[in-house]
Amino acid sequence: MNDTTAVTRNDKASREDVATRNDGSRRAEALIPPVDVIEDSAGITLRADLPGVPKDKLGLHVEADTLTIEGEMSVPMPEGMAASYAEVSVPRFRRVFTLSKELDTGKVAAEFKNGVLNLRIPKAEHAQPRRIDIKVS
Amino acid sequence: MYQSLFSRNVFAELDRLQREMRDAFDLSPSIRGLGRGGFPALNVGGTPQSVEILAFAPGLDPASVEVKLDRGVLTIAGERPAELPSEEGDKAAVHINERFSGRFRRVISLSEDVDPNGVSAAYHDGILHITAKRRESAQPRRISIQ
Repeated sequence: MNDTTAVTRNDKASREDVATRNDGSRRAEALIPPVDVIEDSAGITLRADLPGVPKDKLGLHVEADTLTIEGEMSVPMPEGMAASYAEVSVPRFRRVFTLSKELDTGKVAAEFKNGVLNLRIPKAEHAQPRRIDIKVS
Repeated sequence: MYQSLFSRNVFAELDRLQREMRDAFDLSPSIRGLGRGGFPALNVGGTPQSVEILAFAPGLDPASVEVKLDRGVLTIAGERPAELPSEEGDKAAVHINERFSGRFRRVISLSEDVDPNGVSAAYHDGILHITAKRRESAQPRRISIQ
């Protein structure tokens, strides 16, 4: 516990908000959440760790072929708390993925529990595996 | 011929570089090592009445987490089960594997004025929030002048 940061998390958060409002083109600083991505024959499963993000502060956007995961932490803290040591210093997560065209973005299913996001992106019907018969003449 | 580029152990070199950079910022690391990057990540703060500890531990069963306070040393231990498909599994490919899995244990020493009977913990949205009350006798108080 050698680090001493004079600012509380709340102070820092509000300062960052101001920074983004003044300069809209620059995006606010955000943490990159760790993820697991697993592919099977029917689709892709993505799990992301987003601790401290309540359900209503989680944003999932699919635009063209990019998937954006965003979340804002909301942790109630007692009045007048001063942070003395912080490993998580930014109260925000963001990560962007490029999807491939065989994925059916219209059927994405999401589940969010205990700070873990579970996304299931199925493959489009025509991209499902199919056995190809070999004709022998 | 390209071997010469990698004649030294690149990973060991990167490791050394990382360590040197960390040391440059922190000249006297804690006896329990440099915890940064461990699971769960910890934030610690304080008010005059309490010490607040946040452990960023998503996806845990709160019943499986052990929080223990022994002579001023707080231990958070537990296990996060692996959710990846098993090796001999069913044609699934793991493309990215960054999330922590397995057993974890993090230890921090609390300040002397913490009341061992006044420690409470709650788990919400993947954050374990531990509140340790400071002893009544250590509370700031105003001394009246006779």
